[in-house]
Amino acid sequence: MIGNDKTQVSESVHVLAPLPYAENAMEPVISARTIGFHYGKHHKGYVENLNKLAAGTEFAGMTLEKIVAATAGNPDKAAIFNNASQAWNHTFYWHSLSPKGGGEPPAALKQKIEAAFGTVDACKKELATAATTQFGSGWAWLALDGDKIKVVKTPNADSPLTKNLKPILTVDVWEHAYYLDYQNRRADYVAAVLDKLINWNFAAGNLRG
Amino acid sequence: MQPFLRSALCILAPWAGMLAAAEAAESAGTAAFTLSALPYAQEALEPYISARTMGFHYTKHHQAYVDNLNKLVAGTPWANGSTLEQVVRESAGKADQGPVFNNAAQSWNHGFFWKSMKPGGGGQPEGRLLEAINKSFGGVEKFKEAFLTAAVAQFGSGWVWLVQEGDSLNIVKTSNADTPLVHGQNALLTCDVWEHAYYLDYQNRRKDFVKAFLDHLVNWEFAASQLK
Repeated sequence: MIGNDKTQVSESVHVLAPLPYAENAMEPVISARTIGFHYGKHHKGYVENLNKLAAGTEFAGMTLEKIVAATAGNPDKAAIFNNASQAWNHTFYWHSLSPKGGGEPPAALKQKIEAAFGTVDACKKELATAATTQFGSGWAWLALDGDKIKVVKTPNADSPLTKNLKPILTVDVWEHAYYLDYQNRRADYVAAVLDKLINWNFAAGNLRG
Repeated sequence: MQPFLRSALCILAPWAGMLAAAEAAESAGTAAFTLSALPYAQEALEPYISARTMGFHYTKHHQAYVDNLNKLVAGTPWANGSTLEQVVRESAGKADQGPVFNNAAQSWNHGFFWKSMKPGGGGQPEGRLLEAINKSFGGVEKFKEAFLTAAVAQFGSGWVWLVQEGDSLNIVKTSNADTPLVHGQNALLTCDVWEHAYYLDYQNRRKDFVKAFLDHLVNWEFAASQLK
């Protein structure tokens, strides 16, 4: 395990994970301007802050997942938790979107979704409700609770990782994710993401991982 | 008035906010709470806060909190003459009243935020407020630094406040809808640091927004008037 950590995190410095597509690839649902700030300023800021906070501490050299697990719920470690978790959440969010997203989930995922929600539409509806009712900054997720898929919402930097759940998909509902494009209309952003960008293949891959 | 016409007016006319408030009061019927009037035109805080930001912030966000609150309290004792402050205090900390608290506190916080600013604000506090700031923070510049630090450190959505507690002044930050009203503190000033308050104008640069608030918008006369 420790050997794996060292191959992933060289010299204890976390790097901003590459965006898996061009900044304009999500247009017109999410503008290049929004992705530019979101990835190039917000996500980058979390990674840089994390590196400053972790340097010379017991957290230097740990993977993001380990830092998140080690600091969750500890008020004295809130700053390092927030930055590590946001660094992780954002990478997971970029992969939850695809320029060729939307449509129907692959068969295995669809089956699991239908088992939990009845239909894919019912699942999307519950996810959209979680996304629009998350008060303030946060995230809406599909996550595995054991073998069952459920919808979860988390405030600020929190994630299903801290609740013994396995994330399989996320939608960022911090206002910075959509304000330039949708202003107060979070519901429109969420609906557009779920219809046009959501990366079911990534979610299906997370069932196995 | 049709919603479409109202939004068209909001775009066209700086005084549409007042119209929206009057309309809310008039058409409310049984609605218990009305959108408090914006104490200046929507473009009055330019270039530090754009009319576009004020338009969304006041006529969409603030209005929605008031509208949601009215829906939530309809048919409850809170709809019969309670003040907004009473609803905030009485719903605070009650797990089953989260949405009432959030919408009532956000309605109150926004009304307080509008009054915390004015066109041509900034400058220096005077009199008793200046003395209190000097005593508690060691000077106005030190107060501003501490306020800025708190505003930047508030993680996620929330507010930064100058409050009076007993004889001293303090800076506190609150998350989401939370407010000094329910913490035994007397609010003197607030700056909204939800991203919707500044994202169209400053994007990720929250610090620049709060600096502009302190240097160019802050309404010291209002803060002084809140001293007990």
